[in-house]
Formats: sequence, structure tokens, C-alpha cells
Amino acid sequence: MSAEPLQVDARGLLCPMPVIRLQDAVAGLAEGACVQLLATDPGVHADIPAWCRVHGHQVEAVTDDHDPDGIIRLRIRVGGSGIAEQ
Amino acid sequence: MRTEPRAVALISGGLDSMLAARVVREQGVHVEGLNFYTGFCVEGHTHAVRRQDRERPKRNNALWVAEQLGIKLHIIDVVEEYKDVVINPRHGYGQFMNPCLDCKGFMVGKAREWMAANDFDFIITGEVIGQRPKSQLKRNMPVVASESGAHDRLLRPLCARLLEPTLPEREGWVDREQLYDWSGRSRKPQMHLAEQFGLEDYAQPAGGCCFLTDPSYSRKLQDLWQARGERRYELDDIMLLKMGRHLRPRPHFKLIVSREDGENRFMHGYRKRFTHLVPTSHGGPLALLDGEAAEDDLELAARLVARFSQGRDADRVRVAVTEREGTPREMEVTPMAAADVPQEWYVG
Ligand code: SF4
Repeated sequence: MSAEPLQVDARGLLCPMPVIRLQDAVAGLAEGACVQLLATDPGVHADIPAWCRVHGHQVEAVTDDHDPDGIIRLRIRVGGSGIAEQ
Repeated sequence: MRTEPRAVALISGGLDSMLAARVVREQGVHVEGLNFYTGFCVEGHTHAVRRQDRERPKRNNALWVAEQLGIKLHIIDVVEEYKDVVINPRHGYGQFMNPCLDCKGFMVGKAREWMAANDFDFIITGEVIGQRPKSQLKRNMPVVASESGAHDRLLRPLCARLLEPTLPEREGWVDREQLYDWSGRSRKPQMHLAEQFGLEDYAQPAGGCCFLTDPSYSRKLQDLWQARGERRYELDDIMLLKMGRHLRPRPHFKLIVSREDGENRFMHGYRKRFTHLVPTSHGGPLALLDGEAAEDDLELAARLVARFSQGRDADRVRVAVTEREGTPREMEVTPMAAADVPQEWYVG
């Protein structure tokens, strides 16, 4: 498995832009790769896991500073298939 | 060689497109969803910023639909390209600033590009004849099919039996007999089918799928163009039209005054890009000033902001004014009386 996660910076963007940024980044990655997403819109708490479930990726960790200027970090492991293939 | 036909469905997050995708999936077709982000979408959490909206589930409806259907969903950022649809709609606007017919042609056209690039066979939309004025008239159905370039690869499962057979029907990829012949404004057939499929808790947008069908939003967009002297917008502009009270006391500037905590927090993120005002002697809203303001304009703005603060009845209210990239300075002003704020200053 790759050691260094790919960083995707979606700070200051409103949903669904963070989802779109993650989607574009994941498109070029192989199964098992890791992505670290930085965001500020609390909407990512719902949307990123939903998008990952649909596409078969795993959200491995979430940290949230819980303040208005705080950063939310999500670590995503790229999966092999989404629910469509299951 | 794959044998299973593949369809790409436009998923708005509402019931009709959800049913259309489901109906085709039932027939053994592989379906994936596309959702277009234009910036005007009612979706998303900006809408849930205000406390009164917070009861509603915080979810992206298109993603929720995809999960219910068990299909993949691709969300496409079309913010830049969509500007031309809103600014120069060939077929004009609907009741408000909604360019629905052009919008449909644009979205189906983008879906056609996606279909070609990803080796899919046809496109599904949830259109129902006569469901909405203008854009879903029967005579406009071929307009969308031809202007998008999708032609007979565009299937509308909910009203297909009222239209000429399309390629997927002729090829036998889908069975026309199991499609529908719905027309008119009634929502009953949709609700009935949803029940049959066991679908619950779906979103039911009142007007249309986007803010351009909202009268107040449409007036704010027109005001923005009028004040700028040209029809142009950036994503930030149209996001902020969803937020706060908008007052235009002078042609060359307007104030966006937050109405509560949630909006305050959201607008906080825009402080660096706008001259902004916030009361310091009393509790009160953050206000962003869009446009150019001379010293007397700033004082007027401060008096207006004071009027919306908890010091509205006080003799004097101190307001911190920070010009773009400047340092804050305080102004002490007399709050404007509510009766002195002309109704026509309120935009929207
Ligand atoms: S309501 Fe908005 S998103 Fe829906 S078709 Fe009309 S312009 Fe397009």
C-alpha cells in the first residue's frame, strides 16, 4: 500500500465541490491508494462517506477541529468497486 | 465484448429522475448516475445554513438517490460552462430566471459527451410531458433531443410511450411495454410507483430543481446584473444570493446582512474579499458590502447595520468597518429608524 497519502485541499469550498475534488483525485488512483482530504464545510461529514459508499471506497479516519475556522480531515482508502458491482 | 446495455441517468435528487433510473435498472440495464453542479442547485448544505432549514436532513439528495438505487453517481462541476446557459438562453426564460429548456439541452448534451467517453449506450431523464410549463411540453421534447446531440439515444422512461420509439427501445435493450405514458401535472402516478418500489423519504422540491425558479432569488440576480451594467456572475456572487437580507441603498453598492448565526458563520468566510461591517457596542449581524463605497456610503451602511443590531433603539451604536484588505476602524452612528429604510432598498 502506498505510504504517503495524496493530499486534496478542499478548504473554503462548499459541498458538493469537496466531493468533486475527491472524485477527480480518486479517478487516477489504483485500488488501495490513500487520499487525505482537507475541508472546511461541515457538509463533508455526510457527503464524503455517502460518495465513498456508492463507489466502494472506505473512509478510514475523520478529525474535526469543531470551530468555525477549523479544518476537517478525512482519510480515504480507494476501493475496488462500488455498490453497482456488488 | 460486453453484452449488457449501459445507460447514464441524469439524477437531480428529486423523485422523477430517481424513478426513471429505477425503471430502466429493473429491466437489467447497467445504470450509472450523473449529477451536474451549476451553483444554483437547491441541493447542498448552504441551504441548510439557516436554523429554520436545519430540521431537514443534511444530505446531498443526488447521492442519497444513488445509494437507494444502488448505482454509482458522478458529480460534474459545470459552474463555468453553465454561465452561458443562464446569461444567454436561446429559448429564453421560464416564469422567473430559469432557462429550463436550454438547461435541459445543455445537461443532456454533457451526458452525451460523458456517454461517448465512457462507452455507454443511452441516456435516461425523468421528464414527464406537461409536468412543467414550457420545458416539458411535448413539442419541446425533440428540441432537447436534437440540440443536445443525443437524438434517439435519449430515453424518457416515464413518458416514453407517448413519444416515438428510441434506439434503446428499437434495439430491445429496454422493453417499451414496461415504460410509462405519463403526462400532466399530477404527481399521483409517481407517488404510486415510488410506493411500489418501496421508496420513501425522497426529496420533493416545490418549484424546480434550482434557485432560478425562486422569485426572490431571480430578482436578486437581476439586481446584480443591473448594478454591474452587464450580465455576468462568479460562483461567490450566486452563492451569496442565497444568503442574508440584501439591501441596495445606492446603485453602486449593496449590503448583505446576515439574519442569524448560521448565515453569520457562512458569511465569515467571505470577509477578506468584501468590505464588511459588524456592530461592536451591541450584538448584531455581519454585513458584507458589495460594490464601491465612499465615506458617506460607509456611514449609511453602518447606520443600516446598526438598525439590524440589538442597539437599534440606542442613541449611538459603534460599528467596526473593515475595508477590503484594510484594518478595522470604528464608526459611531445613529441607527436608522425602521421607517426610514425605504421598501425599495430591499432586494428580492
Ligand atoms: S429548474 Fe433549474 S436546474 Fe431545473 S431545468 Fe430549470 S433551470 Fe435547469
